[in-house]
Amino acid sequence: MRYAMAVDTRKCVGCSDCVVACQTENNVPHGFCRDWVVEVMDGTYPQLEIEIRSERCNHCANSPCVRCCPTGASHFEEGGIVLVNKTECIGCGACIASCPYDARYPHPDGYVDKCTFCYHRIKNGMKPACVEVCPTKCMYFGDLDDANSDVSVVLKKRKYKTLIPEAGTGPQLYFLI
Amino acid sequence: MKEELFVSGRMNDLIDPSLNIWHWQIPLYLFLGGMAAGILCIAALYYIRGKEKEYYTAIRITPFLAPVLLVFGLLALFIDLRHKLYFWQLYTNIKLQSPMSWGAWTLMVVTPVSFIWCALHIKDIFPKWNWKYRWLLALETFFNKYKKVLAWVMLIYGLILGIYTGILLSAFNARPLWNTSIMGPLFLASGLSAGAAATLIMSKDNIERKQFARIDLVIIGIELFLIVHMFMGYLASTQVQVEAAEMFLGGQYTMTFWIFVVILGLLIPALLEILELRKYHIPALISPLLVIFGSLMLRFIIVYAGQVSRWLY
Amino acid sequence: MTNRREFIRISLYGAGAFAVGAGGCKVFNAPAPPEGTEKLPINLRRTPTYCEVCFWKCAGWVYKTPEGKIWKIVGNDEDQHCNGRFCPRGTGGVGMYYDQDRLKTPLIRVEDRGKQVFREATWDEALDHIAAKMKEISLKYGPESMALFTHGSGSSYFTNLFKAFGSQNISEPSYAQCRGPRDEAFIATFGEEVYSPEITDIRDTRCLVLIGSHIGENMHNGQIQEMSDAIDKGASIITVDPRFSTAAGKSKYWLPIKPSTDIALLLAWMHEIIYNEYYDKKYVEKYCSGFDKLKEHVKDFTPEWAYGITTIKPDLIRKTAKEMADASPAVIVHPGRHVTWYGDDTQRIRAIAILNALLGSWGRRGGFYRPAKYELAQVQIPAFKEPSRSWTDLFPGKYPVASSIPTNALIDGSIPENNPGYPVKGWIVNATNLLSTVPDMNNTLKAIQNLDLLVAVDTMPMEITGWADVVLPECTYLERYDALRAAPHRKPAIALRMPAAEPLNSTKPGYWIARELSKKLGLESYFPFEKQEDIIDWQLKKIGSSLEEMKTTGVKTFERDADDLYFAEDEQVEFPTDSGKIELYSPYLEQYGFDPLPKYVPHEEPSEGFYRLIYGRAPMHTFGRTSNNPNLTDLMDENKVWINPKVAKEWGLKDDQEIWLKNQDGAVTDFPVKVRITERIRWDSVYIVHGFGHTQKQMTRCFGKGASDTRLVTKVLVDPIMGGTGMRGNFVTFLTEKAEPEVAL
Repeated sequence: MRYAMAVDTRKCVGCSDCVVACQTENNVPHGFCRDWVVEVMDGTYPQLEIEIRSERCNHCANSPCVRCCPTGASHFEEGGIVLVNKTECIGCGACIASCPYDARYPHPDGYVDKCTFCYHRIKNGMKPACVEVCPTKCMYFGDLDDANSDVSVVLKKRKYKTLIPEAGTGPQLYFLI
Repeated sequence: MKEELFVSGRMNDLIDPSLNIWHWQIPLYLFLGGMAAGILCIAALYYIRGKEKEYYTAIRITPFLAPVLLVFGLLALFIDLRHKLYFWQLYTNIKLQSPMSWGAWTLMVVTPVSFIWCALHIKDIFPKWNWKYRWLLALETFFNKYKKVLAWVMLIYGLILGIYTGILLSAFNARPLWNTSIMGPLFLASGLSAGAAATLIMSKDNIERKQFARIDLVIIGIELFLIVHMFMGYLASTQVQVEAAEMFLGGQYTMTFWIFVVILGLLIPALLEILELRKYHIPALISPLLVIFGSLMLRFIIVYAGQVSRWLY
Repeated sequence: MTNRREFIRISLYGAGAFAVGAGGCKVFNAPAPPEGTEKLPINLRRTPTYCEVCFWKCAGWVYKTPEGKIWKIVGNDEDQHCNGRFCPRGTGGVGMYYDQDRLKTPLIRVEDRGKQVFREATWDEALDHIAAKMKEISLKYGPESMALFTHGSGSSYFTNLFKAFGSQNISEPSYAQCRGPRDEAFIATFGEEVYSPEITDIRDTRCLVLIGSHIGENMHNGQIQEMSDAIDKGASIITVDPRFSTAAGKSKYWLPIKPSTDIALLLAWMHEIIYNEYYDKKYVEKYCSGFDKLKEHVKDFTPEWAYGITTIKPDLIRKTAKEMADASPAVIVHPGRHVTWYGDDTQRIRAIAILNALLGSWGRRGGFYRPAKYELAQVQIPAFKEPSRSWTDLFPGKYPVASSIPTNALIDGSIPENNPGYPVKGWIVNATNLLSTVPDMNNTLKAIQNLDLLVAVDTMPMEITGWADVVLPECTYLERYDALRAAPHRKPAIALRMPAAEPLNSTKPGYWIARELSKKLGLESYFPFEKQEDIIDWQLKKIGSSLEEMKTTGVKTFERDADDLYFAEDEQVEFPTDSGKIELYSPYLEQYGFDPLPKYVPHEEPSEGFYRLIYGRAPMHTFGRTSNNPNLTDLMDENKVWINPKVAKEWGLKDDQEIWLKNQDGAVTDFPVKVRITERIRWDSVYIVHGFGHTQKQMTRCFGKGASDTRLVTKVLVDPIMGGTGMRGNFVTFLTEKAEPEVAL
């Protein structure tokens, strides 16, 4: 089982609903975010191109954050999801420094926090909050090992990319282009 | 024109606009640990080679600094932890892929070993010292019998302590400035250099001091070599590493690095020591103090600048 | 893994630590995602509501923690408005509840208007004060001297009160400051307005043409969802906008038009569509009148002519005309929503309506559908007495086509120098921040200074509350019942709003406020039901349901009476116009002396060193209403002024530099605004998002941030047809240092 998420940049409008939904669902403290939206603009008026992406922790297959954690608090859960065990985390910050996507942040309570792919929801058969709320339905989530899951189907149909694949972390967040 | 920006107002404290998750505690520990490692390695090495009488200070006196440095280093590390109540989780397992885990365990070995080493020589500083309890006397005898083993342990773990901090940083490929295999040897060299400088300050024996001045000179030479190659490596590497190097070649850290670390911390001490060897009279303390200062500044600048370097945004 | 008790203990410790550490932080942090709520029975887990953050009124569920506190808001899957997905403002609605800066108790002014010195009062005191003043005004000037400015769910209660009181001077700013021109234009053409939510059938369209409409930045939930569906189905989008909007980024064709020249483009399209015979001949012949006059009118409006005016190349105009026509009838030339731009807006939307008629999209799949609305039983109340004077007696002959009252008519009626037919001496302002909504702030303030009574009903201490005599704090939509939502859509449907929590502090629901005030005025017979939920239960029982049942479903959708979502193939449609046909040529407008066919009129252009001020929306905010919402300020807490790189280079501006904007009349922004240097904006314009630059210190998160475009709209281009206030005729220059405004407040 390998969980992955795909975001369709053709449809994303950058409304940031995914950010608010994540914040309320997961009680993310104000001033921090587990996911965010990036806009990339290129060209000269009026020949312009724009790409809008909703980003978060990539739950990498070869994640440096799990590797460098001295206590094992940062670990792989089923499906390759990377989670932080709050009672094992000592707050050393190594995982924060090790993430090339800068996806982690220090929670005010001391431990390190980040997107969990809404593990508390997916283990009950629901989708992550961001995928569920997106008004343009541009987000897909599922098991890559299941050929019929939303994400497998859409990755077969469309061209996609990941962010900085050269960093070698094996990200599981795909952007449909 | 190209624009890349956060639409959703991301501004995570300590992460944006640039990473600042590690503050003074970490570079301070890296320095203290590095210097302690240098002191212990030199002490162990020369003891094993049987130079106990020639390099009396290095082997028997300077190591008294080590436990102090290590304790303060550990304190700094503890203060840096954000989830302090759970610090003991570090010692519930060993993560072979995590340099920080090696470090935690190495410190667990080196710190008591340094205390024991000092305990064996305590009568050099406090001649009237009395162990009082029989079991303590028994321990003293035991360790004296196996002093060579102890020295080997100290040497190996001291080397690990000296080099692992650099390896820890270099394992973070997310921070392009740190991601060079030269970081480990550079930190080890810097730590040995600071350790040698400590003996230079504390020793009263001219022969010993001359020898350690030579040792320091050689190590400074190695450090300069490593730094030059480190930059050559950055500039020949990927875009993010080129950008990281540019912080030191015209960017915000240029002045601080080249002046504090290279000129004041390496070149001037080298010059002074060469002059000293040529029989010019230089006040004894300037050179080693500059070396120690340079070692400290190296760690501060590398830790802070490394956090600024990143792949995205 | 921790067990539940340890989780709660650690959470409380963490929450306590955070509260202490946060110090001056003014947000009550919503409780942790509750473990174990899945085990709660469903009726305790969630309550139904429909959102009040914007006019779309999506129905959803408010989820609660096991302790009963509001946790999160999620869409109702059965709701046609949102299809189970709320927009960022709706999802962030919890912030409206938890915002510590909310109004808490009724306030009565104790010093001069504007000094913002109030004393706390009880509801009785406040309402007595208002009733006494209203009676005084009624005696002195007549009940019509009281005016109501209102928006949102509370409108129906206060409207009821006013009509009972004897005044029909009731105005919604969303008319003359927003959708008014397009409603009148479509009424003049098709006999019917475009409603809210708009009856655009985007999900089945093959070509969506947006004239300035920035879907994707304006967060019209249903429209964004349907546009996404349309993109999936391969629909093409044509965007006409001087700015590279998000929609332009998803468009097949982006026409970077010169601002204020849209009518020329529309006329050229009409020319292409008529003279190339792209139009839907059968439809036009069957349903439209005035075609020949239209054809004659657009004879000379060629793409080449339009090129000279709009800077859009002729072949692009031709290509896009063909693209639209190929998709016909599944094509939408979008009527827009906020269309009060240049003062000739009714005519511009008339051109859009005409294009839609030519392409045969009105009443067809992929074009515009026929809305169906559920008719609920209405509460029996005594008849309203006809007021002796109406708003048209204020300035006779002005805005003859207006089917709703333009706010500016009532505001101008409060200023004696304007010599109104009778003075408007008292305002009640419900749920609208008039000072941010209505352009020409000085004029509004002048009017306010002449009032005998100004009452503001609001949830937040917005700018209007600072000038009020009495401030009445309403509780948020999450804390009250409101009338069942029965908005028009593809299928008739109703939605329930019930409170998810008790009103905080001394706030009260709008229905209660209106009813209590009616009691003080001796008009309680117009509010026979004591509580809103009793009305709801009564209405639902009449259709075989009940309040209890509705609480478990939240939404009820019904089938249409007939299968008439679109026109049937050979249906004989009678349009609600004077002639019964779609009036391409409008005798209705002609009779009032206005152009029966749209003409292009050039508008003023910026002078040297000035740039046209264009404003718009951001999808994470609703105007200025959400500027202080803690969940939404996390996303965007200030606006930036978009400046073209060529212009920035000329002025030596840098990204994120703080500047002040000064307009042609000398008005200056109160606070500095950061620069965003971007290629997305034309070199003759600058762009900011509306709703920032708040001057109320009580709103701690948004005070002093960004620029207020309202401050800079001092020249108002009033549409003579229906009173719409065009706001895009102002030009700004940049100041790198703060200067005193030349226009005193």
